[in-house]
Parts: sequence; structure tokens; C-alpha cells
Amino acid sequence: MSQTQVLRVCALYPDLMNIYADRGNLLLLRRRCEWRGVGFELSAAGIGEPLDPAGADLYYMGGGQDRDQELCAADLRELKAVALATAAASGAVVLGVCGGYQLLGHAYQLDGRELAGVGLLDVHTVRSDGPRLIGNAAIEPELPGAGGQLLAGFENHAGRTYLGPRAARLGRVLRGHGNNGTDGSEGARQGNVIGTYLHGPLLPKNAWFADWLIATALSRDGLQPLADGLEERAHADALAAAGL
Amino acid sequence: MSALGLKLTLARTVGRALRASGRGGGTSLPGELLLRLEPGALGALGARLAGGSAVISATNGKTTTAAITAAILERAGRRLVYNRAGANMAGGVAAALLAATRPRGAMDGDSGLFEVDEFWLGAVCGQLRPDTVLLANLFRDQLDRYGELETIAGRWAQVVASLPASSALVLNADDPLVADLGRERADVRYFGVEDDSVALPEMQHAADSKHCRRCGSPYHYDSIYLGHLGHYHCPGCGQRRPEPDVRAQQITLHGTDAASFTLLCGSQAQTVRLPLPGLYNVYNALAATALCLTLGLPLELIADGLQHTTAAFGRAETVVLGERTLQIMLVKNPAGVNEILRTLGLEHGQLDVLAVLNDHTADGRDVSWIWDADFELLCPHLRSITCAGTRAADLAVRLKYAGVPAGALAVIPGLAAALDHALAHSQSNRVYALPTYTAMLELRAELVRRGASSPYWRRPVP
Repeated sequence: MSQTQVLRVCALYPDLMNIYADRGNLLLLRRRCEWRGVGFELSAAGIGEPLDPAGADLYYMGGGQDRDQELCAADLRELKAVALATAAASGAVVLGVCGGYQLLGHAYQLDGRELAGVGLLDVHTVRSDGPRLIGNAAIEPELPGAGGQLLAGFENHAGRTYLGPRAARLGRVLRGHGNNGTDGSEGARQGNVIGTYLHGPLLPKNAWFADWLIATALSRDGLQPLADGLEERAHADALAAAGL
Repeated sequence: MSALGLKLTLARTVGRALRASGRGGGTSLPGELLLRLEPGALGALGARLAGGSAVISATNGKTTTAAITAAILERAGRRLVYNRAGANMAGGVAAALLAATRPRGAMDGDSGLFEVDEFWLGAVCGQLRPDTVLLANLFRDQLDRYGELETIAGRWAQVVASLPASSALVLNADDPLVADLGRERADVRYFGVEDDSVALPEMQHAADSKHCRRCGSPYHYDSIYLGHLGHYHCPGCGQRRPEPDVRAQQITLHGTDAASFTLLCGSQAQTVRLPLPGLYNVYNALAATALCLTLGLPLELIADGLQHTTAAFGRAETVVLGERTLQIMLVKNPAGVNEILRTLGLEHGQLDVLAVLNDHTADGRDVSWIWDADFELLCPHLRSITCAGTRAADLAVRLKYAGVPAGALAVIPGLAAALDHALAHSQSNRVYALPTYTAMLELRAELVRRGASSPYWRRPVP
């Protein structure tokens, strides 16, 4: 098996889509590669910048304020949708968190308007008049190789997301609201394209999932274990905060 | 007795009895009861203050700014009705007013001074109709509680639009979100920093509001002082930082002890040594100065008051514990933490730190924000750090990824044991405590149990 020695990550709109401390996710990926002697390269694609479909093994998009999310949605459709679809089709990992998740779907309906997404996930999102879905959450992911591990995080979203037939849920809600507060699903997955409402940020609370992403993006079967005592305590505390 | 008089008596008596019974409730309980009985109480009682009321709001620094302002006004002989304990929602303001009521419609005090939670500003101002409103800054803070920054800014714009035309505004010229609120107003006094020796080399990660409120273009900054505060203009529509009336120049930061600067207002200048540390406290001092000028005090008296100010509750206050001193610096959001880390970095030698992260409602239940703060700034200055609180391990993970070596890092969730550990491992006589809000209350209670003393502990624990 060929082993790529560098993980190339591209952050989409890192200066606008970063509201829930999304840089924590990028820092986890960086350090966990470096500590294993795997190279790490971070690039960014902001407003007005083209996206190289062969330029990264993992594309990351976080959440933003409503106004920033709208700015990014238009740019994403016009300048990056084709490249991102090409990257996903060739096996790159695409991870969207919160607003980034919503934009990976078909559309986000807001107050009679529709914010079109890129449709890499067969999901659509509707802004609800009901209360925002806020709180600690825990899910049981349905991922190959997850090995019974759970994901913990914090969700805070007004949109309700519904899965279409081509998207699988990322996991089953154990605690919290999930995609829409009604059907027990959280997040979505279609091949290596993954969306979730869990921030906190996601990867510092679930170091095993950072490794899952690194291994998947590099097509590796496994990674050298690290001394994760602190990470495991933080994971347990986040699960406990969610009520597990 | 009037109907209002009866309600005042009832709220006071029941509130006192409930607090005495230990059935919960803080400083604001009698005020919350009063607002249930009489929803118009803030307006009715506020109208009894002959000197009117001033309201202070901000994401960061409102308690310190209110404390500095109060000290200056009281030195000048004003008798204040003031929510001194920092209970800053409508109930806390009502409680302060209720406590000042006297028989036959009299008040113990002539002027109101109220710090108000940024989310409660509309509710309080709508009732109280303050003569002066100081708005000092807006930063990303507790998104699970306050929502997005733009949302708060939008609410503030509505509050300002609904103020009487006669109300005076005091605004931070260096915060584009806040300065823009003065655009349509007649009576505005701005304050700002003018000293590039304290500018940051680049925009910090946590900086918000990088885009023009009016046209959406990215702001251009000539200088950045703190978060998104600085000298900015919009290349799109030409909006720019207003020229402030009250300015700080020639700033020198004296570690974690003090800051000195030249305070300017028009052609007047005063040299000030402020016994509070960091550039953030220079901003607080400027805000208090601009407010006191608007309230009619002369600059000379204000400058004198600034030099005699003391730390507010848990904000850079120093506590003596046997041979050691503990300096407590409240942390609650990325911009605030970054300023404290920057100030700690001014100290010579290696530091011993006790950091306490709780996730109770008042702290924000979402602890994501620690990843937006630049803990990397602390690494070169750190000898030991003890992480405590309900989310101690989350904080330890943040520090590990910031580059703190495992040997310098301890995780002890229980506060008393963590305090022992931090004191035992410190090789200097000073430990810096960085607690979130509820952790700060816990820490102070623990220090009281240990017989610690502070020259500044005049305030009740809320």
C-alpha cells in the first residue's frame, strides 16, 4: 500500500467560517500528524479564490455568522462547487461543521429565501421559527472502523436538517437534538463527505475521530498510537456533560 | 402608602426573607420580585433620581469601568445608586434602585450608575430612559447565550434609535461596530487609543467584525490595538474611525501591576499612572473618563480619581495568602483572555498559573471558545500551569496543543486541591489565577475560608 507522507488540508473561508473555534479542529489535525512524523500542509481558499480539486486530501469548512455564511454560499457555488465535487469524487475527505455542513447540502431555506448549497450531501435545511437547538450532545456514529467509539460535542443551530435517500446519518443521537430534533439522526455522510452540527470544537473532544479522518484521507489502515490521556479525559468529560 | 409603596415594601421584605432562609437567590432577587409586582418599577424609581442615570454596557470591562467611574463620581461628592455587586440584568438594576428607596418617595442617592448586561440593554434602557449611555466594545462571547455578534450589534442599534434625542452617548471610536452607533446621534463623545507602540503586529484570530457595517467591504486597519479595536477605515464607502475627544497617548504597560499614559481631552493633558494592568484597562479608564466628562466633571479631578482606582471584584485583584500572593484575573471570552495573556507576557521570569474552566450557565456551557484564544502566547512565559474546574481536561488539551509540555501541566478538577497544587509548585511568590465567572466566585469563597485578605475586599460576594 502506498503511504502518503503528507496530509494536505484545505480550509474553506477560514477567516469567515470559524465561529465555533473551528481552528481547534485544524490544530488537532496538524499536531497529530506532526507527532507521528506525518507531514502537514495547510492551505486556505477564501472569497474570490479558486479551489484546486487535487490540492488537498481533506477539505474543511466551519460555521459562520448568518451574514458571512451568505457571502460564502454565493462564492462557494460560483467558484468552488465543481472543484469540490471533483475532489470528493476522487476520494478526498470533505468535512463540514455547522454552517459548513448546511452548505454541503442542497439548500438552506431562510425566511422565504433559499440559500443554495453545493449538494455534495443529499440533505436540505430549513430555518425554524422554533427555538435554536443548543446544548451538549453525544452520538453513536455509523462509520466503518469507528470501533464503537462515540462522538461528543456542542450543538447550536436554528436550522433543521433533513436527510434524503442518498445520505446516511453520521450517527444516532444518544443525547441532544441532532439534525432536526425529531428523527434521532445527527449529521450526514455520503462516501467521504461528512457533515455534522457537533462543534466544541469537534476534534479536540474526539481525538479518535481526528485520527479516523487522517487515516481515511491518507488511505491508511491505521496510525501509530499517541499518548492520549488528556484527550481521553476531555472526551469522557464531554460525554458526561451531555449526560452519558 | 401608595400602591407602588406597598409593592416596594413587599418586594424588599419577601426578598430579604428568601435570601435569609438560604433558599437561593442572589443580589438581584428582591429586584426580580419587584419587577414581577410592578413591571414599570425601573422607570418609576429611576425618575426619582434628581441627577438622572447613566448606563454602561460592553462585552468586556463593564464591571471595571463602572467601578472606576463610581470611585471618581463618589470622590467628587455624587451620591450614587449603583449595582455595585455586578448583578447586571434588569433584576439587579431594580434591586439597586429598591435598596435606595426611602419613605415618601425619597431616594438615598442623587444619580444612578448601572452596568447592564449587553443582552439586557434594551429592556433596561426602555424603562429607565437613561440620560447617558456608555457603550464600550462588542466581542464574540458565549454564543450559546448571547448568539452572534451581529445579532447583538443589531439589538444595540435598535436601543440607540429608541433613546430620547436628549440622551448623550459615550462610544469607543476604535470599535467599528460600536462607533457606528453614533452615526445619527447629535450628542456623542468618543474615546480611543492613539499610540502605535502598543499596536499588535497582526489581527488576532479571535477578531470579529472585520467587515464594514454599512457596505460589507473588509475594513482596512492602519493600527490594531486589541481584538478588532484600532484605527480603521472602509475602502468601500469611506466610513472611518471618528476623531475621539478623549485619547490615550504615550502608553507604558507596567507588567501585571499598572499602566501609565497621557490622557488628553481637547487641548488639556494629564499624566496618569493607573494602578490596573494591561491595555484593556487603559480602554476602561478612557471609557470612564469620557463618561465622567459627560457627567460634568473636570479632567483634572478625573485623572486624580484614575490614579486612586482599585481593582474590581476578581479583575486583576491581588490577594495575600500567607507568604504568597494570588492575582485573580477573570476570563470569559477569547478577546478578554488574549488581553490577559498578553499582559502576563509583560512579566519577567517564568509564571505559575492556576486556570479554572467551568461550564455552568453563567460561564457559558459551550467551552469551544478556549480554542479561539491564543494560549500559544503564554507558552514562552510558563513554568507551571494547573488546570481545574468542571472542564479542566478540555483546558489541558487546549494547552497541550498550544505547546505546553506535559511536565508543566497538571489536571486537578477540584478547586481546593488545585489551589494547593498550584501554590506548592510555584517557585515565585506569586501565582496567577485565571478563573471563569463561577470559578472566580468559588475561588474567592475558598480564599475566604483560608483566611486570605485583600485590601480591596469591600464588596459582598454576589
